Amino acid sequence: MLSCKQIGELLSQGLDRKLSLGERIKLKFHLIICKTCSCYDKQLQFVARSARSLMQPNKKGEGIPPLSDEASTRISDTIKQQLDKEERK
Amino acid sequence: MSAVSDPSTWVAQHGDALFRYALMKMRDESQAEDMVQETFLAALKAREKFSGNSSEKTWLIGILKHKIIDHFRKHKREQSSDDIESLTEQLDRQFDHTGHWSIPMRGWQEPEQAHEDKEFWKVFAACIAHLPDHLADLFILREVKGLSSEEICKLLEISTTNNMWVMLSRARMRLRGCLDARWFNRESDQQNREKR
Repeated sequence: MLSCKQIGELLSQGLDRKLSLGERIKLKFHLIICKTCSCYDKQLQFVARSARSLMQPNKKGEGIPPLSDEASTRISDTIKQQLDKEERK
Repeated sequence: MSAVSDPSTWVAQHGDALFRYALMKMRDESQAEDMVQETFLAALKAREKFSGNSSEKTWLIGILKHKIIDHFRKHKREQSSDDIESLTEQLDRQFDHTGHWSIPMRGWQEPEQAHEDKEFWKVFAACIAHLPDHLADLFILREVKGLSSEEICKLLEISTTNNMWVMLSRARMRLRGCLDARWFNRESDQQNREKR
């Protein structure tokens, strides 16, 4: 019988590789009787799902927000000043 | 030698991508913005040397990575991330000696709704930024960029895929805990609920 700690490890590996039939059966039985691990499973899946949208915001606006307008303007101005300086040299 | 695009268009072209990457490594938004600015200034100086072997964006992200490493080297004391030993200890404490959970696992109410909240994404980025450096890189390559196990082991010089799985499991476990504490079961919310 696998412990919750080992199940947690296996749940994570399930996101990286195809688990064997034996592993899948052990997981399934454990998750039926263990509410805590089944909750952990759901939350782990959510973390993985969210990570995929982090860098590639979709139409719904999910993902890390872009640079604020304020910061964009500030950084653009700094670059412009630097370019002007170069030209004057 | 291929030339870079007009630097006055850089912020519009690459600003968001650099900022998103920086936010997963830095402590807060203003630090991430500073890193983006420093990256562009360094790129301006070095633009003659751009070889064109990689895309402009890859080249800029490379500079950003160096800037972030430099930053933490200079400000050692403010290193925001945990070190790997103390993290392992913390995670082990979530289990008793028989390997059963010793913490309550509280459910997350309608987690998908969090995706609609800008603040949630900032909290998620901050949670990644607090991972030990190596784990943060690993998590970003695997889950955010979707690279294969083989590619990652080579890039990060991890000796076996088994090691990588153990490390990824720790990263995910930590992130789950961080999102639980900083978003889904925040203390302020709990207190508000109790007051009501």
